Amino acid sequence: MKGEIVALASVLIFFLAFLWTSQSGMHEWEGADSKAEGVIEEITGGSYTPWLQPLWEPPSGEIESLFFSLQAAIGGLVIGYFLGYYRRKAGDGN
Amino acid sequence: MHIMEGFLPHPWWEIWFVVSLPFIAYGVSRIGRMARERRETLPLLAVAGAFIFVLSSLKLPSVTGSCSHPTGTGIGAILFGPWITSVLSTIVLLYQALFLAHGGLSTLGANVFSMGIAGPVVGYLVYRASQRFNLYLAVFLAAALADLATYIVTSLQLALAFPAADGGVLLSLKAFAAVFAITQVPLAGIEGVISALMFKYILQARSEVLLRLNVISKPDLVKLQEGAT
Repeated sequence: MKGEIVALASVLIFFLAFLWTSQSGMHEWEGADSKAEGVIEEITGGSYTPWLQPLWEPPSGEIESLFFSLQAAIGGLVIGYFLGYYRRKAGDGN
Repeated sequence: MHIMEGFLPHPWWEIWFVVSLPFIAYGVSRIGRMARERRETLPLLAVAGAFIFVLSSLKLPSVTGSCSHPTGTGIGAILFGPWITSVLSTIVLLYQALFLAHGGLSTLGANVFSMGIAGPVVGYLVYRASQRFNLYLAVFLAAALADLATYIVTSLQLALAFPAADGGVLLSLKAFAAVFAITQVPLAGIEGVISALMFKYILQARSEVLLRLNVISKPDLVKLQEGAT
């Protein structure tokens, strides 16, 4: 139980930090990678253009979130399946 | 957050491929050997890979007002070591590069190095150095520092490729680290806690495999099981 309580408390603190940051001004909450793009622009004086574009880009934010959710779902499924399988095998599942 | 497609100029993207490839090749051969000799560990390998899948799909807001995501490589590094974890990370990075335009194929070598090699090496060493004090604290530290190391290396990779006109690599490093590493600090903490919890569940389910993989020692396991209620 101790581990779960610590995890829950950490998530709560994380959420409070988010609220606190939201209060302290306007933020766009964009990805750190696009922020880094800005830094590159600053350093090179805007002279750098990426020499390669992604082969395929999700055509909209919705489709992008589809693939992100799919990624999480696949992972969650595998973890749940095997941990459940082991529990059952260990004998405390029945 | 990985380095985006096309954002590493020649010769840097090639260099990182050359550096990363031997790790991946050795990791693949290690996985092959494990599949032949220790089949019972394969489900745990799947769990470690799936953990990276889940954690690196979660874009979380941070105190800097921007978002980034954890790496999830700590568990893999602790259970299987950095070589095998580099292969698991490569799979995740490929998925994100192909389906999400997140990261990229040209920057794959650099991203595999930061997330799949540098982070897991740090995580593995931290776990080995601190496991005799407290197992869960060791997992927390290993996962959190693997996460942070990944983004410090990412900053370094970008700084090397884009040195500032005056101030050079060091000044660039400061600028990139301000974006990547600082954003990552609270995320690394959360990742550490979640990894420790995940480790607990794995330990409850498959402690004998962890013994065989040399992740924990027999006396430590006995102590933990006596302490658990």
